[in-house]
Order: sequence, then structure tokens, then C-alpha cells
Amino acid sequence: MAADLPGLGSSAAQVIPPARRRFRRPSAKIIAGLGILAFFVLMAIIGPMAAPYDPSAIGPDMLAPPSAAHLLGTTQTGQDVLSQLLDGAGPTLIVGFAAGAIATALSVVVGVSAGYFGGVAEEGLSLLANIFLVIPALPLLVVLTGFLHSTSNLAIAIVIAVTGWAWGARVLRAQTLAVRRQDYVASARAAGERAWRIILLEILPNEVAIAATSFLFTVVVAILTDAYLIYLGLGPINTWSWGSMLYWVQNNEAFTSGAWWWYVPPGLCIALLGTGLALVNFGIDEFINPRLRAGGLSRRSVRRASKSHGLTLVLRPDGVRDDGTLTPVRARPAGTRR
Amino acid sequence: MRFIARRLGFYIVAAWAAITMNFFIPRLMPGNPVELLIARLQGRITPQGVHAIAVAYGLETKASLLSQYGAYWVHLFQGNFGLSITYYPTPVTSVIATALPWTLVLVGLSTIIAFVIGTLLGVLAAWRRGSWLETAVPATTFFQAVPYFWIGLLAITVFGVALGWFPSSGGYAQGMTISLSGAFIGSAVYHAVLPAFTIVVTSMAGWLIGMRNMMVTTLGEDYVLTAQAKGLAERRVMLTYAARNAILPNIASFALALSFVVSGSILVEVVFSYPGIGYVLFQAVENEDYPLMEGIFLIITLAVLLANLLADMLYIVLDPRTRQEG
Amino acid sequence: MSAAPGGAPVTGGAGAAGSGGRKSAAPVFEITGLSVDYGEGPGATHAVADVDLTLHRGEVLGLAGESGSGKSTLAYAATRLLRPPGVITGGDVFYCPDPDSPGRRINLVEAGPEEIQELRWSQISIVFQSAMHALNPVLTVEAQLMDALAAHWPDAPAARRRDRAAEMLSLVGINPDRMRSYPHELSGGMRQRVMIAMALLLDPQVVIMDEPTTALDVVTQREILQQITGLRDRLGFSVLFITHDFSLLVELADTIAVMYAGRLVETAPARELFRSPHHPYTLGLLGSFPSLHGEIRPLAGIPGSPPDLRNLPPGCAFHPRCPYAMPRCRSDLPRLTLAGGGRQRQVACWLHDGAEPPPELAGRREATTAAGARPAGGGRQGGQR
Repeated sequence: MAADLPGLGSSAAQVIPPARRRFRRPSAKIIAGLGILAFFVLMAIIGPMAAPYDPSAIGPDMLAPPSAAHLLGTTQTGQDVLSQLLDGAGPTLIVGFAAGAIATALSVVVGVSAGYFGGVAEEGLSLLANIFLVIPALPLLVVLTGFLHSTSNLAIAIVIAVTGWAWGARVLRAQTLAVRRQDYVASARAAGERAWRIILLEILPNEVAIAATSFLFTVVVAILTDAYLIYLGLGPINTWSWGSMLYWVQNNEAFTSGAWWWYVPPGLCIALLGTGLALVNFGIDEFINPRLRAGGLSRRSVRRASKSHGLTLVLRPDGVRDDGTLTPVRARPAGTRR
Repeated sequence: MRFIARRLGFYIVAAWAAITMNFFIPRLMPGNPVELLIARLQGRITPQGVHAIAVAYGLETKASLLSQYGAYWVHLFQGNFGLSITYYPTPVTSVIATALPWTLVLVGLSTIIAFVIGTLLGVLAAWRRGSWLETAVPATTFFQAVPYFWIGLLAITVFGVALGWFPSSGGYAQGMTISLSGAFIGSAVYHAVLPAFTIVVTSMAGWLIGMRNMMVTTLGEDYVLTAQAKGLAERRVMLTYAARNAILPNIASFALALSFVVSGSILVEVVFSYPGIGYVLFQAVENEDYPLMEGIFLIITLAVLLANLLADMLYIVLDPRTRQEG
Repeated sequence: MSAAPGGAPVTGGAGAAGSGGRKSAAPVFEITGLSVDYGEGPGATHAVADVDLTLHRGEVLGLAGESGSGKSTLAYAATRLLRPPGVITGGDVFYCPDPDSPGRRINLVEAGPEEIQELRWSQISIVFQSAMHALNPVLTVEAQLMDALAAHWPDAPAARRRDRAAEMLSLVGINPDRMRSYPHELSGGMRQRVMIAMALLLDPQVVIMDEPTTALDVVTQREILQQITGLRDRLGFSVLFITHDFSLLVELADTIAVMYAGRLVETAPARELFRSPHHPYTLGLLGSFPSLHGEIRPLAGIPGSPPDLRNLPPGCAFHPRCPYAMPRCRSDLPRLTLAGGGRQRQVACWLHDGAEPPPELAGRREATTAAGARPAGGGRQGGQR
């Protein structure tokens, strides 16, 4: 198919039928991203056990900079920052991934239904998704959590999911529409296959990559939103999480005291975790959209090619190419013909 | 025209949904909000004051739900959001009116700057593939993932405390009166630098990555190939053919981007104690000032809807395909 | 390699060749030994391998083959329009701008950006396959015509450019009042005509047409093809017509070149190719199209599917699907050799190298039944008549 040849202009929809997907060597981005993720998951699992102190234990050294006794220093009340960090990894990750999972489940149901069934269902579901998309999430969350007063992690996760599913639903609906137009879906429908079977076997497999991207993106947003809410005092501030650490920083107005060891680590961890997720997302993006890939050219060649836009790169060797499948190419003197 | 009518209709529905949500959320609370109010304000206000607040946001327990709802709408149109508890007895609308301009200026300007810089850099990153700019793109994901307030904290530490270049909090120098004098404006700008810097740094990454990805896709389109085949200058191909088309989805996804900017600016204001809507919202939460919380949520939502409508209209201007009649 | 004098527009190149598409033996566009890969290094795909192709002045050269045969890759690479990861790994492409000095040629493979930018569109232009995708959706037709003119006629006043744009639109049968329209406001056929008008704006000598009618319905196809033929007769440019649809080339092409798996397998004057194809692939292609005239016969098609360019079979790439394959075909790559009928007749097949080709491939078939009608193909039923 001409659409597969990356050098030619093509506007075919980016739908890759499952049978023709080939395994590509994962790029450096995915590897780096997964590495970061693995690191934090490990931290979440063994962190509480590895913590040198009880994170809530008050100590005598207040606002002490990093030292041998306290690798990341202490807080205003003498608590060990490192222990809080290690302890807090778990709740932060759990809420983030739980919210992401719930939101993605919602968006898959809504998005695929809207895309597949069309008609009134599509209009209604799209309207719902658009409303949730356009209403700003954090103010709504602030009002919800402010009124609801529940401070359990699960409640926070649910609430975040309820305000965060809309974007994924929209993307999945668009993708479902594109897949639905494909021949193999049309033939399945014509053959009388039942809707749920078609959705499960033909449509969903094509949406795994997009759903994965949406999931990872939602997790990043959920982690941030969770941190925001806790920071504002709207979440569980008495269980240790990276967000609650920052809440106590704010509460004690410690950031003007120069105690960077207290607030830099939690924020940095959130950012690194988010970056890891985003890198994996990048990798998936490149898989979905082949144009984002270099396509087999070395970086130097890509750079050379982009320097003179609109001109095909010429990599002519001097002399004969010793290649079994290719006829030897020689630079011909001008004017000679075969 | 039909496009505009549809969008307008949608925003009206969305506004209605937000307002209705605002009506129902307090009623989801366990316990009677009015009783909580009384407990909260014990001794501070008269029973008539409590009643006024209850009426103001429609918590008349004696009336039916439907008539409460109706009364709620009536109050809305009258501009009656009730009285703020934090700033009792100032009406909520006055509190909002004082804080809103600060937010509009800060967030408005920062967003425009972030959008322009991010978009331009995104165009360049896509145009010069394999360059250092493109390798920096994954690094910008770091900024997308970083919590707004954390950057703010860093900025305060570095620029405010350590270097002392900029003030760490407030919207203007203590003790100054609000006026349009040069001194005041100068002070206001001075205090806005760090907050604006925080917002720009954090939100720019999103625009950059979005634009770069769209540019890469667009550069693969046939009409760009045509433009190159026509022997047009590189600049024209990049701007008029590629960027002009690549920017459209960015504007279409404005809703999502704006949502992030709004969240971020709330936090930035809290970190910097900047006297805008976000900071007031924070105070309202701390003080369980429900009327104020609701009022701010409504105002923010309506402002966001308006901004989206403007973005849609901009989209219509830029994309002739939407102007198809019928 | 000498370059065209900077700044001086090479005007009237094709038009001055006279009316009625005077064909000459002089080449205007000559590809020699061109090889194009996708990617670099050992994993690269060889999309085009060592292709020699010559377009003569005033000629219509049809380039035919299945999807993936490399025909589009060849054309785009030859004009240096192929995007990464496409790379030219060998060969030259010579363009001869002046009909009166055939010795002066520009090598497009070695030329620099400024030279090529100047040549583009004013000397060599392209009509793309899908006008809907090839036209910028946010610019009016006028803007897109004008900017091509502005790029190459910088000193001409705007009025003159607009007149030229209007002139070309009228030439293809579009009312110049439609200039202010956007591409999505025009019908498919009109858009394609706009593309043709745009391609002819600067009176180029070579027009490359990449499946210009594939996206259109049959009726419109016919109109566009007639338009192209008429314009060619009138303005005298040379055409490289790329298609997978053989039937279009019947009336349109003077010469046809057939590609398979990145190589040329046969070239011949059009009439001769239809009358007596020499390569089994060409025979198969001819047998795949139904004919309105002549006897009714079952459609044959070619068994198997096009090869994966990353995993080409050894020897002749067609041998797994070839009904006449010999042991030699599995190991030795046949070279393009002359096959009688003058310099225009070439084929890359071992059947024509010493071995006695079967009658349906040896040119001993009956003549056509009616002028211009398709010859009844031999298919695989043998050449019995």
C-alpha cells in the first residue's frame, strides 16, 4: 500500500490492522520511561519498610539540612523527610493509578459506545463528555471535596476519575469512528456478527495503543490533581503522601525559610514520575504515528535531510556496493546509456 | 453560522449543567448546610444574617426542591450570590469583583506568552528534526509533569529568597493603596513576575509538544509536498502551509489546555499569596465559606466557557472548512 | 554539470517546441541507474534498484506497475521530492532545459537547493494523485496559484500573475470567478483540473502525473484524460504518467515502462506492448483487465501477491508468480536488454535471452481487431485463435 511507504505524502487514517503490526525495537524513550516507573513502583512497595524512621515521629532536630542521620533532612517538627518520602510513594501511586484506571474504564465505555452506536447515543454521550471537558476540573473538585468532607484516598480517586474521563472518551470515540469504517468491521457487521463481539474482537484490539496513551496521560493528571487537592488541604493530610508533605510545607510557611530539602524531594518525585509516564507515552505515540519515528535513518542523516527541506537525501557511495540483492551501482559517466 | 449556533447552544447547555451542579452539590453534603452554617458562625451573626445566607443560595429547607431550584436561578440573575463568611458581611460578588481582575491579568498574559513561545518552539522543533531542539522535547515532558506549585516554590527559593530579585508573595507592596498610579502598576508588575514565570514555564511545554507533534504530522501531508514541488521558499512552506494547518488542532484542544491553566493558576496564586480568584478560593475552603466557594466556581466556569467560545470563533476564522454553508 | 543562468527564466521551453506535441528523439529527462532506499544500513528497503528511464521531448511515457512497485518512489526521488526515510543511493537524473542545446544538462541528483528550487514547477511540475489532499485547505485556489507564480516571477506585477492564473483556469475549463473558492468548495473533478492548471502555470517542459485520475469516478476520469491529451497537444510538454491502471495508457501513452519490485522489467512503444508483451508480468497485467471489444475470456489475474521489498526472492523477483519460470530465474537476476524493435524495446527476462520464448510472448500474435481497441489478451489459456 502506498500509505505504508513513509517517504510519500499520505493522508490515510492511522489504523493498523492487528495482523500487520510488527514488533519494533522499543525506543530509548520507552526504556527510560519504564525504568523510571519501575524505580518508583519499587519505592512504593519496599519504601515503608526501608524507611529509617517512623515518618510521623517528631524529633529534636528541627529543619535540619541533610546529614548522615537524616539523608534528606528534617521537617519543622523534626520528622525525617526521607522516611516521609518513602512512605508516601505508595499512596501517591495508588491514587494516581486507581483514578487513571477508573477514568479510562469510563472513557472506554463512553467513547467506544458513542463511536460505535452512533445516532442519539453518540450525540448524548458526546454532549456529556464535552460538558465535563469544558468545565474546569480543579474548581469543580475543590467544590466537591470541600463540601463532601470525605478524606479517604479512595474517595479522592473516584472524584478525580469522575472529572477526568472526558478527554479519553473523546479520543476513543474518534478512534472508534475511524476503525468502524474499516473494511473488516463492515464485513463483520454485514455477516451479522453481534455488536458486543465486534466491539470486543475487532474494535478494541485496535484501540489498545490509544487507550494506553489515554490511561498514562490520565494517571499523570490524576497524580498532579491529587497532589494539588492535598496541598490545598482537601485531601487526606494525615496519611503520608508526596502531596501531604507539601501541604505541611505550605502550612508551616517553610518555603521562605530556605529548607529546600523538605519541599524539593516530593515535588521532584512527582515530576519525575510524571516524566516517566510521559516518556512511555511518547514511545507509544511514535508507535501509533509512524511519522514521528526516524524511520530507519541515522540521526545524522535525519538532521542532514531536515537542513535542506524539500530535497531528497543523496547517499551515493563511491564505487561498488557489495550487496547480494542489489545490482552493483556505479557512477556513470554522463552521456552513456545502457 | 450553523457552527457558531451549535457551539453557542452547547455552551449554554454546559453553563446550565454547571449551575445545576452547583445547586446540587451542597445538598449532597451529609447534614444540613444551614445548621452547619449556624454552628460555624456561632455568635458572629444574627439569625437574620444566617437566614439571608440560606436564602441567598437557595437552602430554604421549608420549600420544595423544585421551588428552591427556581429561587436559586432567580437569585443568580439578580447577581445575588449571598454573603461571604470569610469576609462577612461583604457580598460574594464584591469579593469576586475585587479579586478577578488580578487573576485575569496574570493568567491572561501568562497564557498568551506561554502559547506564543511554546507554539513557535514547537514549529522549530519539528522543522529541524534531529536537532538539539528536538532532543530537548522529551525533557520538556518533565515540565508538563511538574506540579505548578512546586515550580513556584522553587522560584521563590531561588529568585525570591536566595537572590532576592523578586518578591515572594503578594500582589503589590504592603501598604500601597490600589490605584491606577504608575507606582502602583509598577509594584503590581514587579510582584507578578515570579507567578507569571511559574505559569509560563509549566504550561509552555504542553503547547510545545502539541505543536511539534502536529507539525510533524502536517509536514507529512500532500499539500506540503505540493508546496515544496512548487519551489516555494522554505519559510512560506513552513508557515503558510504547515504551521497554519498544524495550529488548528491546538486551538480545538483549547478546552483541555485551559483547564490545566486554570488549575495551575489557582495553585500559583496560593503559593504566592497573590490576591486573585484562586487565592480567595483557597481561603474560602479553609474557612468553609460555602457561598464564596460556589460563587467562585461559577465565575471560573462561566469565564472558561466564554474563553472557549472565543477560541471556537477564532477557529472558524482560521479554518475555512467550517464556514461551509449547510 | 552546467546550471541554468541564474535569474533568467527559461520561458517558452515547451511551447516553443511547436504545436501538436512534436516528438523528437532528444531526451528531456533522463534517469540513469537510479537506486532508492528507505532507511539506511543493512535493514534498508530497496524500493528502486538501478533504473534507467528516458523521457523524450513531447513524449508521453507511461510508468505502470502495482502498488509498491516503486513507480511513485522513482518519480519523486528523481525530482528530489522524496521524503525521509527515502534516500537516493545511486544513479543520476539529467534534465535538459534547452531543446536547442541538447548537450547542456543539469544533474538533479547533484544540484544544490537553489538550482532545484528554480527548476521546480517552472521546468518540471507534478500533478498529484488526490487533489483534496494536495491542495492546502486553508488557502483559496487563487492564493495557491498565485504563490507559485510569485515564487518564480518575482518581478512580474500582480495583475500579470492573476491574468496568467485566470488564463490557465479557463484552459482547463474552470470559470476564473471560482478562483476565490477554497478547495473543499469544489467538486473532485474541478479540484483535479485546478491541479492541472496549477501544474501548467509556468509552462513547464516536463509534467509528472502521479495517478491523477485514480481518486475520480470513471466519467470524470475520462474527461480529465481528454483534457490532459488536449493540453499536451496544444502546449507540447512531455509527460511522465504514473498509474497502476493499464487501460488508461492505451490511448494516452506513446511509450510504456513496466516496473516490478523496484526494477524496470519491460519498456516498449505502447501499441507494441499491447500487441505483444514480452515479459510474463506484463502479459499477466494485460490479462487482468477486461476488454470491451474482442472475445470474451475469463479474467486471469496474476497468482500470488507482490513481494515484500524487504525480503526479495533471489534472482528474478517475479519468478514465484511466473508461469514460465525456469531454473535460471531463481538464481540470476535478468538484466534489461534490447529485444528487437529498435532502441525502445527492452525487457528483463531470461525467456528472451537465448531460450525460446512461448508464442504469446514472442510477438507472433494476431493484429488488433479494431483501431484503438484493446487486443484480445492471451491470458493463460494459450495463444490459440
